[in-house]
Amino acid sequence: MADKINYKSVFFNPFSKNNPVIVQVLGICSVLAVTAQLEPAIVMGMSVIAVLAFSNVIISLLRNTIPTNIRIIVQLVVVAGLVVIVDQLLKAYTYDVSKQLSVFIGLIITNCILMGRLEAFAMANSPWPSFLDGIGNGIGYTIILVIVGFFRELLGSGTLLGYQIVPQWCYDHGYVNNGLMILPPMALIVVACIIWVHRLCNKDLQED
Amino acid sequence: MNKQSNVYTTIYIIVLVLVVGTALAATSLALKPRQQENIDADKMRQILAAVHITPAPGEIKEDFSRYIRKQILVDAQGDEIEGDAFTINMAQEVKIEEANRKLPVFVCELENGETKYILPAYGAGLWGPIWGYIAIDSNGSTVYGAYFAHQGETPGLGAEIEKPAFTDQFNSDLNLFKDGRYLPIEVVKGGVAPSNGADYVNGISGGTITSKGVSAMLENCLLPYKNYLEQLSKN
Repeated sequence: MADKINYKSVFFNPFSKNNPVIVQVLGICSVLAVTAQLEPAIVMGMSVIAVLAFSNVIISLLRNTIPTNIRIIVQLVVVAGLVVIVDQLLKAYTYDVSKQLSVFIGLIITNCILMGRLEAFAMANSPWPSFLDGIGNGIGYTIILVIVGFFRELLGSGTLLGYQIVPQWCYDHGYVNNGLMILPPMALIVVACIIWVHRLCNKDLQED
Repeated sequence: MNKQSNVYTTIYIIVLVLVVGTALAATSLALKPRQQENIDADKMRQILAAVHITPAPGEIKEDFSRYIRKQILVDAQGDEIEGDAFTINMAQEVKIEEANRKLPVFVCELENGETKYILPAYGAGLWGPIWGYIAIDSNGSTVYGAYFAHQGETPGLGAEIEKPAFTDQFNSDLNLFKDGRYLPIEVVKGGVAPSNGADYVNGISGGTITSKGVSAMLENCLLPYKNYLEQLSKN
C-alpha cells in the first residue's frame, strides 16, 4: 500500500463508493442536527473539510514521531485545537451562522469520521495523500449534508438558503409546510432514502 | 531513540500541548475584538428589533446610535442610578432580589418623534435560556413591540417565540396598567383570559413550556419596573 497510492481513488472514493456517511455510517449525529436548513449544513461541511484536511496533514507529518501508546490522545489534541480555531474564526467572521451551529462545531471533535481517517489513513500515509483523503472524505460528508439540508429546508420551510421558493399561491391553495421535516427524525429518514437510492445504483454495496 | 519510553512520551505530550495551547491563545487574542464587536452588534440588532427597526447588516452601530437616545439604569424605586446599561448581564440580574436589581432602560426616539422605552428580559425556556426586549410607549403602559430569542428551543414548537406570528401579538392592544393596577403581560393557552385581569397573548401550541417560560420571564423582569413606568405615566 505504501509503495503505490492511487491519488485519484484516494480523493474520489469517499464521494460515493466509500462515502463516510452513507456507506461507513459515520458522523450521523451532526447530519441530524445541522441539516434543518441548507446554510448551516454548508458551513458545517466546510468546517469539517478544513478540520479533516489539516488534521490529516498534521498527523501524517507527525506519524513517525508519535508514541504508539498515546496516539489517540495526540490525534484528539490536534483535532480539538483545530476545531476550536475554526469555531473562533466562525464567531469572528460569520457570527449569525456560528450562532445557528452553536455547539455542533465543537462536536466535530467527536465526529467519528475524523478519528476514523486519522487512525486508518493519516497514521500510515505521507502528507499529500493524507491531505487528499481528508478533502475527499470531507466533501463526501458535505455532499450528504447538503442533500439532506436541501430537502429538509425546501419541504419543511418552503425556502432555500433563506429565500422563499414555494410560491405564495401554493399556500393560498392549501399547501402546508411539513413541520416534521424540521425535526431530527426526518433527517434520519432522508439519509435512509439516500442510502436506498445509492445501494440501488451500486449493486456491489448490497448486502445479502 | 526509544519512542515507546516513558520519558519520550512525557516530553512529547508536554511539547504538543504547549504548541497547541500557544496557537489557541494566539487565535483567541487575535480574534477577540472582532468577536466582541459581533456580539455587541447582535445585541443592538435585537434591541432595535423590539421597536420594529431592522438595520442593514453593516449599519447596525450607526442605526443604534441614531435611534437610541439614552441608555440608563434605574433601580426598583424608579430612580436613575450610575452604570452602563448596555453591558449589564441580565442573566445575573434576574437572580437578584427585585429591590436590588439594576434595571436597564433603552430610550429610543423613532423617526416620527415618538419616544419608546425598551426593557430587557431574561428567563428560562424548556431547553435553555430565553430572552427578549419589550418596547413600551411613552405613557409607560401601552406595549409598542417585542423581540424574543432563545438558545435551543425546539424548532417549529418553542422556537416559534422568535417568529412574527408570536411577537406581533405584542402591540398597542396590550397595557401594563389596568385600572391603576400594574400587571405584566401574560402568555396563555388558547385565549383563556388570566383571572387577575392582565392583558395577555396566545401561547404557542406544542410549545407550552416555552410559552410559560416567556410568561414567567415577563412577570419576573417587568415587575421591578413598576415604579419607573408609573413615573413615566405621570409625566
